[in-house]
Amino acid sequence: MKLRMRQAIAHALADEMRQDARVIIMGEDIAAAGGPFKTSEGLLEEFGPNRVRDTPISEMGFLGAAVGAAATGLRPVVEIMFVEFLGVALDQLVTEAAKFRYLSGGAYGAPLVVRASVGSGLGFGAQHSQTLETWLYATPGLKLVVPSGARTAYGLVRAAIRDENPVAVFEPRVLYAEREEVVLGESGIIPIGTGEILNKGNDVTIVGLGQTVGTALAATQSTTWTADVIDLRSLIPWDREMVCESVARTGRLVLVEESPFSGGWGTEIASYVASECFSELKAPVLRITCPDVPVPYPPHLEKRFLPSSEYVREQIDVLVSTNKRDQPWWVKGGYLS
Amino acid sequence: MVGKGGLLVMIKSQQLQRRESLNDPVSRWDRMLEIRYFEDRIKELFAEGLVHGTTHTYQGQEAIAIGIAMTLRPTDNVCCTYRSHGIALALGMTTDSVLGEIMGRAIGSIGGVGGSMHLSDASIGLLPTSAIVGGGIPVAAGAALSAQVLGEDRCAVAVFGDGASNIGAFHEGLNLASVWKLPVVFICENNVYGEYSRINLTTSVEDISIRAESYSMPTEIIDGQSVDKVAQGVARAVERARSGGGPTLLECKTYRYSGHSRADAGLYRPAGELEEWLKRDPIDLYEAQLIEAGLLSKERAQTIRQEIQERIAQLVERVMASPLADVSAMFRNISIGGGQ
Ligand SMILES: Cc1ncc(C[n+]2csc(CCOP(=O)(O)OP(=O)(O)O)c2C)c(N)n1
Ligand SMILES: [Mg+2]
Repeated sequence: MKLRMRQAIAHALADEMRQDARVIIMGEDIAAAGGPFKTSEGLLEEFGPNRVRDTPISEMGFLGAAVGAAATGLRPVVEIMFVEFLGVALDQLVTEAAKFRYLSGGAYGAPLVVRASVGSGLGFGAQHSQTLETWLYATPGLKLVVPSGARTAYGLVRAAIRDENPVAVFEPRVLYAEREEVVLGESGIIPIGTGEILNKGNDVTIVGLGQTVGTALAATQSTTWTADVIDLRSLIPWDREMVCESVARTGRLVLVEESPFSGGWGTEIASYVASECFSELKAPVLRITCPDVPVPYPPHLEKRFLPSSEYVREQIDVLVSTNKRDQPWWVKGGYLS
Repeated sequence: MVGKGGLLVMIKSQQLQRRESLNDPVSRWDRMLEIRYFEDRIKELFAEGLVHGTTHTYQGQEAIAIGIAMTLRPTDNVCCTYRSHGIALALGMTTDSVLGEIMGRAIGSIGGVGGSMHLSDASIGLLPTSAIVGGGIPVAAGAALSAQVLGEDRCAVAVFGDGASNIGAFHEGLNLASVWKLPVVFICENNVYGEYSRINLTTSVEDISIRAESYSMPTEIIDGQSVDKVAQGVARAVERARSGGGPTLLECKTYRYSGHSRADAGLYRPAGELEEWLKRDPIDLYEAQLIEAGLLSKERAQTIRQEIQERIAQLVERVMASPLADVSAMFRNISIGGGQ
């Protein structure tokens, strides 16, 4: 069935709620209004106010409540409208939920899901456009998945709800309205920790996450080289086997990231591949990212901020033909060193 | 000296002139209208697709912005939210600088990289507005702390919504300000809604003012549709702050005429509620008051309305014709001495 990503998410929530009475959802304006991004439309009507709850503007309060509820019998799904608002509640996820199993000698878990919209592209400005995956890195006990469209959103949200651990689902906001063919039902569920090869090729492995998956795919059109394009889908844990197997065939790794260069999610993958697959590499690992700046508001600058498919193609042209890394545009343009 | 610095002084003085003009009651009314027409036009520009992203407009709450601005000194600090076009204009920012920011133009208050939710102007003490609910509340306490530590005769004001009083930052900020007796005024614009939820569905009290008691803080409930009432309440609180009496929580009862943001038609509001509030429109109330006092005639009022409409029309043309922020703008003002 062809669905918009926001509809696929509502389907995933409904399907899990029908099967498991322990699943409840909470968030700001998610019940009566169907969600600020309409990702919970129809759920209040079907499941009622006991399981579908509007909250005050109190992220720490309701995410913390989800931790306690998860430890004592529920499967809460919490919506954080923009991932930045996780900032005021991060303690409850990173320092409480992620440690519950460890700090209870295995007696209590926190099987909750935090869904947050992320990313740039809609003109929301510096405080509402970040992706912030790395806020959750280096937190053993937590998982993080990032859909790249309606199909993966459906499969990952359902898998996240079933997982025994706290799982964050970071949903690229710019994709909510995009339509894609979705496999509904059990067969549509996507195991956490697995990537997906969307395109097969010989010269380079391109890894994307969230909205950069589309960018990576588009970059492979009319090129002199061919590429494996991997949708990582799951960042914590990520599919080391799939990435390393691909790099062993292509000899080149390119990561396309929607976040600043310094400390972006690709650093982990680049460093792992560089040390584990060193002898397989013909060229340096290339991270194609945004510059180290806050997300600019106006459309022409926001577009410039994000790696475009043309830019990705040019960068890979240089990598494949010279086995050397090209400088990023902001260095070539003298904007940053 | 006519250099960059000289130019800067000239530009800044425009803000201060606009601020000073609030001493005149008719100018106050004029500036409320400026906010109203500005915001009406912003809504249209978004609807016409000429501005992208999101925006949160201020129609219906104008008396609060003017009441605050006419009472504070330009050296005082103000922290406010994503719904701040009105307060920024009242404090003295020019319409060019605010609309320029909203339209991503180089003339915008921070060079066009921030957009509608991110205004700031150091010449009138406006700290960066926050798009995180509650974000500005402890920051205002901090701006008051610097005044206290440095021994400056300055105070700070945080302006925020009713919904923000449900977030930790509100409670932590108020408690801190109270125990340290900081010269800060917390001004809650209770416009009955936080996004699409009515206050009774999300908030344990109907009057946010009640929450002051937990922090041993003086508080007042103010008619937010009356410029004079707001100004008087702010004046009392500011006087207390400057004289070492510590913080105050003011709750201004008001109503936002528009939906929460650009995309919201406000359909969740009970029928007739908006109409009830429109009967006490702050601009109409002040107009009637000025006419009664003999400071304004109906004819003059009509002329002023037309003049402002024309001013706003010209403003939009001017800003649309002005250059967009260029690529280098996104690399500016990130850190001093180089970042990564
Ligand atoms: C920490 C945080 N949570 C949620 C939001 C999303 N949000 C933006 S405005 C808003 C409603 C705020 O209501 P209120 O404080 O009453 O202010 P008003 O918009 O009515 O002026 C919400 C929930 C946010 N910006 N920050
Ligand atoms: Mg409100």
